[in-house]
Formats: sequence, structure tokens, C-alpha cells
Amino acid sequence: MTTTPTNPVFLGVPHPREPLRWGDPFPTAARESLDDAQLRRNLGHATSTIRDKRARVVGEVPDWEELRDAGAALKAHTLTHLPELLERLEENVTARGGVVHWARDAAEANAIVTDLVRAKQADEVVKVKSMATQEIGLDEHLASEGIAAFETDLAELIVQLADDQPSHILVPAIHRNRAEIREIFLERMGDAPAHLTDDPAALAEAARLHLRRKFLSAKAAVSGANFAVADTGTLAVVESEGNGRMCLTLPETLITVMGIEKLVPSFEDLEVFLQLLPRSSTGERMNPYTSLWTGVTPGDGPQEFHLVLLDNGRTRALADDVGRDALRCIRCSACLNVCPVYERVGGHAYQSVYPGPIGAILTPQLTGVQSHDDPNATLPYASTLCGACYEVCPVKIDIPSLLVHLRARDVDEDHDRHRPTGWGAAMKAAAWVMSDGRRMGMAEKASAAGRVVARDGQIRSLPFPGSLWTGSRDLPAPPKQSFRRWWKENR
Amino acid sequence: MSARDEVLARVRAALAAPSSGELPPAGERSGTPDGLPERDGRPRPGPAPVPDDGGPVGDVPVPRAYRASGELVAGSPEVVALLEDRLVDYKATVHHASAEGDARGADGDARAARIARLVGEIVAAARADGLDDAALVVPDGLAPAWLTELPEGLTVRTDSRDAPLSPAELDRSLGVVTACRVAIAETGTIVLDGEPDQGRRAVSLVPDLHVCVVRVEQVVQLVPEAVRLLAEHPDRPQTWISGPSATSDIELERVEGVHGPRKLHVILA
Repeated sequence: MTTTPTNPVFLGVPHPREPLRWGDPFPTAARESLDDAQLRRNLGHATSTIRDKRARVVGEVPDWEELRDAGAALKAHTLTHLPELLERLEENVTARGGVVHWARDAAEANAIVTDLVRAKQADEVVKVKSMATQEIGLDEHLASEGIAAFETDLAELIVQLADDQPSHILVPAIHRNRAEIREIFLERMGDAPAHLTDDPAALAEAARLHLRRKFLSAKAAVSGANFAVADTGTLAVVESEGNGRMCLTLPETLITVMGIEKLVPSFEDLEVFLQLLPRSSTGERMNPYTSLWTGVTPGDGPQEFHLVLLDNGRTRALADDVGRDALRCIRCSACLNVCPVYERVGGHAYQSVYPGPIGAILTPQLTGVQSHDDPNATLPYASTLCGACYEVCPVKIDIPSLLVHLRARDVDEDHDRHRPTGWGAAMKAAAWVMSDGRRMGMAEKASAAGRVVARDGQIRSLPFPGSLWTGSRDLPAPPKQSFRRWWKENR
Repeated sequence: MSARDEVLARVRAALAAPSSGELPPAGERSGTPDGLPERDGRPRPGPAPVPDDGGPVGDVPVPRAYRASGELVAGSPEVVALLEDRLVDYKATVHHASAEGDARGADGDARAARIARLVGEIVAAARADGLDDAALVVPDGLAPAWLTELPEGLTVRTDSRDAPLSPAELDRSLGVVTACRVAIAETGTIVLDGEPDQGRRAVSLVPDLHVCVVRVEQVVQLVPEAVRLLAEHPDRPQTWISGPSATSDIELERVEGVHGPRKLHVILA
């Protein structure tokens, strides 16, 4: 394997210590990605393609809004009944020969998976794409324990080979174009054909050949789950390439890591989500493959099945009766594709494995926000509140309202910490000015000075402390005449 | 406390939390009796009202106004035409083994003979692609009448839960022929549930060619119609197949043929 550190393709995001808190506040990380013209071209192309596909297949469904209503209510119902449903799931998985494990946090889940893989005397596992295992940094943990985890989803493979981080929930390598992917395969795959072209079909074929032997010989697989049915103990994985089926079917042992919120009460509830998810996610009427399994089926598929139920901050989010709506998310990523902020800054700017609008409300609730200086405190501000994300959300998460709620919480918690902030000082000053007519009039006169620095009706930069505002947004120039003056002259 | 008990306790505590606002993890609470931080003089909302029936707080009724059944009759020519349209759109190859005058649901000899002829043709064409010494895999419960017109000299290997072929043997095979449990027209989806005429999940996965026989009376219009049928045996391992394997991971451009069978032939019978 040769690495060329000077090759810009391999300047991916280094592995963060915390998958939900990479280190930089949003504005810092966003500024960096905004400078990357290639990234913006890749993202613009990809997000507009998927937006069109989604709109077309959603438009075909006459009862789409009714499905959204049902999906939202089912998820809300599930959250309010979570204790009973989790116990029922555990009981049913166990009755069908599965083993259920519980993990309070990432470290505990990683340790459980490591022990299970070790017990099978395996030093490698094949993996189905899974946000839960991304969130706990499972691959990195297994590597530190001497176990190689092979990502088998094409996009995850690209990210893993490039030593990069995912930038999208559905298409983790969305920030890469075909030419970059070809280069990554040629340099890092080891068995890529020398004459490999950048045709997506040729690249997919190279991945097929690369992973085939792994699938046929793997002893253990690790997956996530899209849904788990409490009433029957049935697990569901929705995918496209068949890598999921390979992992869920061929190895002797299957370990599934799943967030505790992924439940649905009954088997029939799948009829709602198996319509909502594919159309919202890949913009297909149905994804090529969906696998459903219940515990162990003698003679068919893995004969040992472990389910790891993961908290890792979910109960923290659940405790906020407004914020908990974020736990309805089925990880379709439609909100990323329509977000004007995501389209420009890309997934890495959110500094978490959960990017985009859903990441902006989920990440800070999963981690909690330690202080105003916590980089995750900036996430609820990473939005223009335009509302497009709510329009497309298949489970009707009101992301804009949740963003405002989390912003209010952030401000309140600063109050509680009794720490003076620039924002607080500015608000106090504004209150003092606006509560008195004479003071307001003087302020209006003074504001006319702003016209001197304005260009085309906008003030683009001010000296400190005004720079705190103009650093990231424009300020409209004050009008020539204030309303008070106009009233005096015209009434 | 075990991880199980602690996670469940946290969930219960979170749901019992009286107001919006973040609760520190159980055991670390301090300050006010209910564990919430004091906020200077501002009123905090009290506990949510408990409904009269003593049911859970904040229970949400689930509206199910979506279509539970379609306007097209299962097995009708219209619903089969819709299925074909959607299968072709997702790059499956469709063959017709039905004929005028076939009684719906009847497994007549004539229908079986037409299926057998199409299976023979598809398999012969696959052999001509260069895999002339590879074996055809069939699940042990597949109708023998569907396999009466296979090419001369072709090896047929039977797979079952009791006598499974290895993944390597499946990988060297020419392809597999299976039946299905139900098909969904609106999404172009075929569902297999692992019964003896459909086989273990591995047999419809590892071979590069999957020939699937769909009887027209198995075709329903909508996803809920299929789910309600499948809910009769939720514990069976199910595979929902919509076209050959595909990926959109490179610039969101759909490419058919990754790890699952790259060729999906559907015989509508």
C-alpha cells in the first residue's frame, strides 16, 4: 500500500476521538469547507440529483401525507411506551434464540462487541453500514483490539480506504466525485484492476470483486438495524447493494447494534416505514433489498445472533419533552439533501457523524452541552430556519422549532451559569434604548452614520463589537429617514 | 445496577420528567427535590396531567388514514401490468408464462409447462454466456414440473436447510430458480420468506442469476397488503427484492449490479 500524503484526495478528516464531537465549532469548520470549491461542486451535483429523484417518487404516492402522519404518531407513541416495548423486544428476541445485551454508552457497547468477536476466535468482521456503530467508533475500537472491521457498503468502503470521515447519513462519500474514488481505489484497495476507469459501474465492479472473498469466508458480521418490532422480535435492515444480505446471511455469528429508539410496536407498522424510508432516502419506490429476521432460524442464516441495545445519550434526549422528537428520526437523510446550509458546507462542518439539520438537533442532545464553549453548542445555530427540512421529513420532525428550542435552552443555561455574555449585554443595552422614546430617537439619528459604510444597501463589515454580527452576516443599511421623522413631517 | 436495569431506569426517569429541559443522569442530580436546576424566579411548568383512565402520560393516537388496500384486485391483469412496469423500470427482466384462459390460482399442467419452457430458455442463455459447466441451484421444495425442460447435461444441485450447499459452491453456480411468497406491484417488489420452494436466504443471494417465478395471484398492489399477509408468519426470514442489486453511492448515480445477483429474471405465470 502506498500513501501519498501530498495528494489532496487523502487529506480526509482524521479520526476524531469522539465521533459525536470532532473538536471544531460549526462556524470554524464551515469556513474551512466553504473554501473547498471541489467539495461544493460535488455536493451541489449530488444533492440536486437526489432532491429531484425524491420529489418524483414522493409525488407518485397519493397518501404520502397520511403515511407521514402515521409514521410520526407511531414513533411518538413508541417513545412514550419505550420501557414496555424494549422489554417486549428483549423477551421475543430471546424466545427465538437471540441474546440481548444492553449498553449504557459507547465504551460499553464496544466492549460487548469485542468480547463477542473474540469468543468466536475471529480477528476480522464484515460490517453493514450502520450509524449506531459509527456513533460509538466501533471500527476504531476493534482495530485497537487487533480486530479488523471491513466496511462493505460501497460508500463506507470509500471512506474507510481514504482514512476519511463520513459526510452524509445515506451516502457517506458524497463529498467525493468519481475521479477521486478511482484514485482512492487504485492507491488503497490493493487488488483494484490497473486499467480501472472512473465509470461508476466499473468502480462498483471493483468493489464487488474486492469484497467477495471476505463475504464468503467471514465468521462474524456486525450490523445496525433500521427497525425492530417489539411484538415479534423481528429486526429489519434496508439496503441496496446486497452487502447487507451477505453480512446478515453468510457468517455464523451476527451482532446487531441498535439505538433503543429504533423500535416499532407491531409487525404491521413496518408497512408505514417501508414506504416512507426508501422514497425519502434514495428516492426509489423501494430499495433493492430489505432483510427481516427474527432471532435464529435453524438451518438458514447465522446460528448465533446478538442484539446490543444502545443508550449513549438517547435517554438524555428523551428527558427533554420537546427535544425528544429528534429520536423519531429514521435516518433517511432527506433533510440533508434539501438544506441550503448543508449543500454549501457539507457534512464535515457539523463535526459529528450526524450531519445536516437532523445532526444539528440530535448531536447536541446526545452528547449534552457542557458549556457555551462546547463546540456542539454551536450546532443549533447552523441553520437559516427556512423550514425545508420539516417539509420533507417522513416522520414530521419539526426541525426548525427544535433548533429554536435548543437555542433557547443554550441561552437559558448561560443565564443559569450567571455568566455575562456579549449577546446578553447587547440585549440589555437595546432594552435600555428602546424603553425610552427620547433615547430611541437619538439612537436612530446615530444609526444614520451606518449609511457611510454601507455598499449597495448592505453593511458587510464593522469594527468590534459590530464585527461580532458582520463577521458572518450582512446588515441592511439604515434608511435615509427614520419612521419618527417621516411621521413628524407627514401626519 | 446492571446496564439493562440502568438503561430502563433512565428511560422511565426521562419519560417522567415534568418539563422540557435537560436532566442530568440519574444519581448525579442535586439542587431542587426534583433534580432540576433552579431558575431565578421563573415558574416551571408542573407535571403533565395524568389522563382519567390512568393511561400513560402523553399517549399518542396513531392515525391510519393511508391506503390499506389498493383499487386493483390482486392477480388482475392491471395489477400484473403495474408490477411489470415497475420491475422493468428497475432493470429486472420480465417473462410471461400466463395465457388467455388460465384460471387464476389454478396450478394447471399447461401453466407449469410454460414456466418450464421459460426456465429452460433463461438457463440455456446463461450457459451460453460461458458458464457451461456450472450447476443450477434449486431449493428442495421447488415444483419439479418447472424443471422439465432444462438444457441437456446441466447439473442441478438441490439445497435445503438440512443439506445446505456451501457459500463457495453457491458462488460457482450458474444461478438459482425460486418461487416467491408475494409481490408488490406499486414498488416492483418480490418477497421471499424462506419456505421450501424459495429456499435458504443464501441461495437467492450468492449466485449471479436469480430466476424468480411469480404466480399472478400472488401479486398485490400495495405494501400494506403484502405486509398483512407476511404478518401471518413474522418469524420467517424475509428478503424483499426490488430489481437486481444496485448502488447510488457514486455521485448518486444508480448502477445496477453490486454484491447481490446482477441478473434478476422474473417469470410472471
